Amino acid sequence: MRREIPLLITGIVGIVLVVAYFIPHFPFNRMADWSADWFSIVAAFAIWLGALNLFRLSIENVVKRKPGWGYAVVIIVCFLISAGVGFIEGRDFRNPGSASDWIYNYVYTPLSSTMFAILAFFVASASYRAFRARNLDATLLLLAAFFVMLGRVPIGDMLVGFLPEHWRLSDLSTWVMNFPNTAGQRAILIGIALGIVSSSLRIILGIERSHLGGD
Amino acid sequence: MNGRMYKYLAAVAVVTACVLLYVGKRVAWFEDMMFPTWLSILVCVLIAASMFWILLRTIKGKPAERRTVFLYVGIAVSLPLLMTISVHVPISTEGQLLFDGMKRIQPGSKVLVSFDYDPPSAPELQPMAEAFMRYCFERDIKVIIIGLWPQGPQQANLALAKLLAEPAISAKNLVYGVDYVNLGFQSGNEFVIQRMGSDFKSMFPADYRGTPYDSLPLVGNVRNFSGIDYSFNLSAGYPGTREWVLIGVDRFGLVMGAGNTAVQTTGMYPYVRSGQLKGILGGMSGAAEIEELTERLGKGAKFMVAQSFGHMVMIVFIVIGNVAYFLHERKKKKA
Amino acid sequence: MHHIALWVAAFLTLGIISFLYRDNAWYKICESVFVGISAGYWFVSYFWDNLYGKLWLGVFPRDPAQQPDYILLIGGALGVMMLLRLIPKIGWLSRWPLAFIVGATAGLNLIIYFASNVMVQVEDTIRPLFGANYSSSAYDIVGNIVVAVGTFAALIYFFFSKEHKGAFGGAAKVGIFVLMVTFGASFGYTVMSRISLLLGRIDFLMGDWLGVIK
Repeated sequence: MRREIPLLITGIVGIVLVVAYFIPHFPFNRMADWSADWFSIVAAFAIWLGALNLFRLSIENVVKRKPGWGYAVVIIVCFLISAGVGFIEGRDFRNPGSASDWIYNYVYTPLSSTMFAILAFFVASASYRAFRARNLDATLLLLAAFFVMLGRVPIGDMLVGFLPEHWRLSDLSTWVMNFPNTAGQRAILIGIALGIVSSSLRIILGIERSHLGGD
Repeated sequence: MNGRMYKYLAAVAVVTACVLLYVGKRVAWFEDMMFPTWLSILVCVLIAASMFWILLRTIKGKPAERRTVFLYVGIAVSLPLLMTISVHVPISTEGQLLFDGMKRIQPGSKVLVSFDYDPPSAPELQPMAEAFMRYCFERDIKVIIIGLWPQGPQQANLALAKLLAEPAISAKNLVYGVDYVNLGFQSGNEFVIQRMGSDFKSMFPADYRGTPYDSLPLVGNVRNFSGIDYSFNLSAGYPGTREWVLIGVDRFGLVMGAGNTAVQTTGMYPYVRSGQLKGILGGMSGAAEIEELTERLGKGAKFMVAQSFGHMVMIVFIVIGNVAYFLHERKKKKA
Repeated sequence: MHHIALWVAAFLTLGIISFLYRDNAWYKICESVFVGISAGYWFVSYFWDNLYGKLWLGVFPRDPAQQPDYILLIGGALGVMMLLRLIPKIGWLSRWPLAFIVGATAGLNLIIYFASNVMVQVEDTIRPLFGANYSSSAYDIVGNIVVAVGTFAALIYFFFSKEHKGAFGGAAKVGIFVLMVTFGASFGYTVMSRISLLLGRIDFLMGDWLGVIK
């Protein structure tokens, strides 16, 4: 029964939502609304699960004195501060001027933003070392990238200012984005959508059971 | 003195310089350090010359070390911020399409703005949010804010705080709950949109402060998407524009424009072409476009020079790598 | 306080940037702070906005005129079962809410992806190449042909059940070219995005912190 009931839940919920799309009337619309509300609540608990699991693993690292346990102490302390302040301040924790808002603006934002910002350096280094126009395909990729990179910024038109209007790099990059790029992206979209349809069908019909894990 | 001592001295020198700059700015020792035109040109020439030197070294089989590449990227992005160069931002067709859609929104209309991004994407999306909401506030268009990401409503608050401090908007004496409202965040990803299609109040029983939905005059009579005249989505990933198109637009008939991070903009073009999206702004250049179109230049336009230099450096490094590669291959074939 | 805030933000920013030189303790501390603060922020956000704002107030509304929505308790029960994953002995109960999540997502996505990403996209691809009443400009006609042929060729490339030989192989080759242009455009935009993010931090360091730029 440990696998049968979850399979039944998956199948019933999936079928209800499919039917509700075509018959948006009672009782299917009501059942679809319930599903959306429950999904929202379960998703919140799923985030709580992740946060609590991180907390548990960090405590385990500290207790067992695993390598790098000092950093686990930092994680635990920061988690407690961030969560504690947020709970104490109540629902207004996002209000400008609150301690949570201070932490968000001067701790969370610099850290999260810089984590992503340093990717620019790695993209440059990787491109310098590995991006080679070895064949026609790679050359096409490179040329498209160059046209888009130059055409989307003012320097592109400044470099080819001698060309007539509608024939400059910005126009070329617009053409590349609106036509060949759209064609390729559309094919990818259709392909992915068909894949999602087939895998969703397999999940609803119980053929795909990997989400239930091992026993 | 050994290597370690030099590193410590360098660190102390850098920290001292930072403290002096910080204090100097606050006590008005200097206004700013913007380059005069001749210095801007000199800096460009020096950067170009040094990149030529890197090309020569790479051809000789001594490729630049990764930290040298990092340094060049940092210089290419930082120094242009000190240059006073004004540039014209090219407007894309999809950016113009979005603006044309904005111009059709009538005063008094209700616009739903969804903040689906977090601080890392703020340099690209925050200027778009400010430009769009400024346009709405100046034309008495009502703004309803929600977020599918937990950080979204907070980013919205930052944008609102900046806009409400501007003289032109401050003079309008906008009232929270009447002219704009922030309903906050709800988890559930695409199911939030799905539920909003039948009932906004069920998904957002109160705003982000806890004020009950029915107590907010702006949304009190907005039952679902049929009460929304236009929607603008700011998206950095999942959930975001794609989910809004799949459910909000195609299922519930929402009229929607979008601002995306550059990374995901390319994937949205099929939706623009098919008319599901009424225009899109992509990345920093998209932010500069909307600022140019709404005639209020901000950070988007300000960063375009530095963005241009960053792109140029990236392209030059790729070209250097390829030139060295092809010369090396030719030598191998001859041998 | 604002001064302390700016220096804290600058310290953390430079700590992450120090990773570019090499991995070091300063970076590791900043990374741990980020992990802890993020987890705490998400923990609190989801509590106040969803668990309290939607579930608790939905079942126990403060307004006496509002009817309690007891059906939300089922969602709450499923959520609590999700948390039981932390207890190994009864962790298997978390499969029920997981099954619900997977089933709901599959059911919704099955239809919306087919309707939007297949039906609407195919419909737009087979629009009249020369426009209604042959009214399109040369630019649009060429563009329509590129989109129609390009989409079809790229889809042919993705069909791996048949060997890419002969005319089929030729069409697949055209599809590869279209996809290469697509990926090149994606790379160009990715570069733009990364540099924009870096610009944001440089603007903070040079503008808000040190004040050397306007």
